[in-house]
Amino acid sequence: MTANQEKLLSFFQELLYIRLVEEKICDLYPGQEMRCPVHISIGQEATAVGVCLNITSQDMVFSNHRSHGHYLAKGGDLDRFFAELYGKNSGCSKGRGGSMHLVDLSVGFMGATAIVSGTIPVAVGAALTLSIKNARDIVVVFLGDGAVEEGVFYESINFAKLKNLPILFFCENNFYSVYTHINDRQPKRKIIDLAKCHGVDCYEVDGNDVIDVYETTGQAITKIRNGGGPAFIEAATYRWREHCGPNFDNNIGYRTEEEFLSWKRNDPINQLKEKLLANNILNPDKIAVITEMINKKIDEAVKFAKSSPYPDKSELNKYIYAE
Amino acid sequence: MENSLRQLKYFEAIREAIEQCMEENKNVFIIGEGVPDPKGIFGTTLGLKQKFGDKRVLDMPLSENGLTGVCIGAALTGLRPILTHQRLDFSLLSIDQIINNAANWHYMFGGQLKVPLVIRMIIGRGWGQGAQHSQNLQALFAHIPGLKVVMPATAYDAKGLLIASIKDNNPVIFIEHRWLHNMIDYVPKEMYSIPLGQAKLIMEGKDVTIVASSYMTVESLRAVDILKKENIHVDLIDVRTLKPFDDDLILKSVKKTGRLLVVDSGYYSGGFAGEVISRITEKAFCDLKCSPHRITLPDIPSPSTPGLTKYYYPHYSDIVYKVLFMVGKDNVVLSLQSDSVPLDVPNNSFMGPF
Repeated sequence: MTANQEKLLSFFQELLYIRLVEEKICDLYPGQEMRCPVHISIGQEATAVGVCLNITSQDMVFSNHRSHGHYLAKGGDLDRFFAELYGKNSGCSKGRGGSMHLVDLSVGFMGATAIVSGTIPVAVGAALTLSIKNARDIVVVFLGDGAVEEGVFYESINFAKLKNLPILFFCENNFYSVYTHINDRQPKRKIIDLAKCHGVDCYEVDGNDVIDVYETTGQAITKIRNGGGPAFIEAATYRWREHCGPNFDNNIGYRTEEEFLSWKRNDPINQLKEKLLANNILNPDKIAVITEMINKKIDEAVKFAKSSPYPDKSELNKYIYAE
Repeated sequence: MENSLRQLKYFEAIREAIEQCMEENKNVFIIGEGVPDPKGIFGTTLGLKQKFGDKRVLDMPLSENGLTGVCIGAALTGLRPILTHQRLDFSLLSIDQIINNAANWHYMFGGQLKVPLVIRMIIGRGWGQGAQHSQNLQALFAHIPGLKVVMPATAYDAKGLLIASIKDNNPVIFIEHRWLHNMIDYVPKEMYSIPLGQAKLIMEGKDVTIVASSYMTVESLRAVDILKKENIHVDLIDVRTLKPFDDDLILKSVKKTGRLLVVDSGYYSGGFAGEVISRITEKAFCDLKCSPHRITLPDIPSPSTPGLTKYYYPHYSDIVYKVLFMVGKDNVVLSLQSDSVPLDVPNNSFMGPF
C-alpha cells in the first residue's frame, strides 16, 4: 500500500472511530447515567479528521460545545472521554466539565467551552504565546457558523491579523444554531467574506469531503507555519441529530426530512468508503476488522468509565484556585 | 535616605511593581488601551515601553472582550499578562471572558490549567465622571468563584499586593482608586509581596470596628482622627483583598469592640459592605452591642454635576456621625464641614479632567 493509500485508510478509520463513539453515546444516553448535555457531531466528522490529521500533538486545538470529534481526532484519550461524560473522577476534566469541557493536554487539545465563540480569543492568545516564543507550532480553533455572529470573533481575527499570529480559524458551517437557520440569522453573503475583509487568507471546502478538508487545510497550515499569519476556512457540513441530545428531530418542524436525507446521501464516511472500495484499498472484511477493533476499544472505555468512582464529597472545593 | 524610608506616590509604587516583575520574569507582559502612550495610564506605565520594548508593553485594539480572551490564552500557555483598563467601566465589555473563561477555566478542566492573569481596573469618584466612568463594582467581581479581588489603599500595599497578584496563578481583579494615585507612603525599593487574602489593622481602638477598603480607608482615617478627639477609639481594618476574604481579623476586633461599621465605595444593595455585615453577624451575633451599620453609595447611578455629587459620595463626616450614633453620642455636634477642599476632588492640586 502506498503512503497515500495508507493516509486514506487512516482517514476512514478516524471517521469511523468518531462515528461509532458518538453512536455509542446515543445508545447509552437514554440510560440516564450520562448526566450532562451532549452535542453530537455525527455527519460532521470529516472536518475534525481533515484538520487534525494535518497537525502534531505540539500544535494546539481549541474547540466549542460540539467538540467530541475534535477531541477524538486530535488523539484525546477515549477512556477519560467516556469517564468525563459519566461525571467520573477519572474523566479528562475529573468530572468537573462534562461533554462541553473536554481537554487532553498530552495531545494539545487545550479545551472546549460552552459559550459560542468563547474559545476564539483564547486560541488567539495561545497563538500570541507561540509568536512571542518564536515557536513553529500553530493553533487551530474550531468555530461554528453562529460564532461569527458574536462580536468577539471580529475582535479576535482583527488582533490575530494585526500581530500576524499562527492560527487557523476553522468554521464548521452546519447551517443551524439550535433550530434557527443561518438565513434567519445572517444576510446573504459568504462567511469567508467576513474574514477576508480582515486581510487573512480564506478558503472554502466541502466539509463532508475529508480529502478536500485535509488538502486545503494542509495548504493553509503550511503557510501559517512559515510565518504567513492567520487563515480562515469555511467548511459546509450538517449535523444529523438534534442540537443537543441523542435523537433525530426532523419531525419537529424546523428542518425537513428531505434536507436531512440529501445531506445523508453525502455522508462523509460513505463517500470515502465507496472511493476506497472502488480502489481496492478497503474491502468488506477489512471494514469488519476495523469496526470490531474500534468497538472493542469503545466497550473497554465505557466499562472503564462506568466502573470509575465519582469525585469524593471531600473534593467539592478543590480546583477553585490554582496553587 | 534609607531604602525603607523612601517615599513614593501610589501610582509610582504601581509602576515599580510592574517594572520589577517584568525584570524578574520575562513571561510577564503588560497590555491595555493606552499603556505605552504619553500619559501611561495615569503614570503607572510610563517608561515601560522604552525599557522592555513593544513585545512586552503592548497597546491594544478597542476590543476588551477579545483581548481579555487573548490574555487568558496567553496565560494558559505560560505567559503572565497584566491587562490594564483606564476605567473599570471598560472592563464590563469583557465580563463574558472574565467570568465564563478566566474564573472557570482552572475548575472546569479539573485543575489542569491555570490562568495567571492580572486585570487592573481604575475606579473613581467626583469631577463629573458620571455614570460610566467611575463605577465601583468590586462586589460584582467578588461574587464570582475563581476570581480574586484586590483593592489596596496605600502605596505600600499597592506595590506588595500587585507583586503578589502578578505572581499568583489565578485571575486577579486589581482595583485602583483614582483618588489614591497621588497619595504618598513609605515604599521599600526592593521587591516584596503582601499575601492576598489578609486584612490589615491600621488603627487600634476599643470602641468601634470600622472595616474599609481602597479610598474609603483614607476617608475612614480622617474620621478616626476626629473621633479620637472625642475620646472614641476605633479599630480601623483595611480589608485589602475582597476575595478571598479573610474575616478573622474583623471577628477578633468585633469581639473586642462590639460595634461594626463597614465603609465601602460600592452601592448599597448587594454590595461588599452587606457581605461583611452578614458574615460577622452570622459568626459573632452575640458579641454585637448594637446593630452593624454600613456607609456606601446610594442605589443611584453617579451624577456628573457637583451640585449633586456633594450629596452622593460619602465623606469622612458621614463616618464620624455614624460612629457617634453607634456609641450613643448622637447629640454631639461637631464642626466638620470647614474643609477647604471641594468634595469632588481628592485635594486642591487636582485640576481635572480625570
